[in-house]
Amino acid sequence: MTSLSGVRLYTWQRLSAAVMAPLVVLHLGTILYAVNAGLSAAEILARTQGSVFWGAIYSVFVLAAAIHAAIGLRAILVEWARLRPVSAGWVSAGFALVLLVLGLRAVGAVVLS
Amino acid sequence: MAEEYEVSIWRGDATGSFVDYTVPARASQTVLDIVTWVQRHIDPSLSYRFACRVGMCGSCAMNVNGAPRWTCRTHASKVTSSGKLQIAPLRNLPVIKDLACDMSEFFDKWKKAEARFHPTLTRHDKMEPILPANPARVAASAGIECINCAVCYSACDTVAWNTEYLGPAALNRAWTLVNDVRDGGQKERLQAVSADGGCHACHSHQSCQAYCPNQLNPTASIAGLKKRAMGAYLKGELK
Repeated sequence: MTSLSGVRLYTWQRLSAAVMAPLVVLHLGTILYAVNAGLSAAEILARTQGSVFWGAIYSVFVLAAAIHAAIGLRAILVEWARLRPVSAGWVSAGFALVLLVLGLRAVGAVVLS
Repeated sequence: MAEEYEVSIWRGDATGSFVDYTVPARASQTVLDIVTWVQRHIDPSLSYRFACRVGMCGSCAMNVNGAPRWTCRTHASKVTSSGKLQIAPLRNLPVIKDLACDMSEFFDKWKKAEARFHPTLTRHDKMEPILPANPARVAASAGIECINCAVCYSACDTVAWNTEYLGPAALNRAWTLVNDVRDGGQKERLQAVSADGGCHACHSHQSCQAYCPNQLNPTASIAGLKKRAMGAYLKGELK
């Protein structure tokens, strides 16, 4: 941990939020479209499998969410669970890794044919 | 107006308890007057701090009916309608005895935040002309009237949760110095407030500005620090 961890984590959390904001809108719009159009799971997979666009969009989304959530969790662990900042940092890094693996696995499942 | 007040005052250290007293009510009676009356008429061993009695020195802050207040400028009739008062030491600071807290941690954090002036001129140089309308001077003036009473420090939940957090008063003072063109310690200060527990730990709950007896807004000062420090970090100016 460097002496700038306050500003570094703050900046990463804001930047990841800025990345996620348009992606959340796109994600919700896609859900509304899929539901309104009455697409079946097979029809959705037909559109996503092999798509570089959806693969890239959701990979970035997963990465931003893993960073953003882990930084927030670190603050909660320090403030409410009374963990030392270094310990909270390690637990949060582990949580980020879990989110990243589960998220990318899900992206792979709908994009890779 | 009630004829007398039923007052519960914290006695002892952190393991102490509230003790009840009955104090005659007077016109324009402050909470500090009530504490003083108890000490002079009932128990001379009651410990508390005060100095100026006119809201300038910042030494008489206590928790009154659950809220941190400057007791010398708090009329008892304004904070209770039932005639009952509970007076406790400030929150978030170790209790020494009764209503006196150990302020060491509060002032140590001022130093940690580089909330001190770094002079660049000597007495042989000309005075720096600073126009009152200068935007930096206006920003500094907005936070300059802090009396170091620790009311904001006591009101802040982030201080209660995060022992490393520097707190609203130290960061507010750091912001006034960030806006002082005469100061030569800008880089050190931005580094100091960018560390873990610095300005970025603030959740903007705004309890500091809600309870500040001088109507300052430390949350706004901290927001200024966050922005300034993040800008410097992104430009690679902080190492």
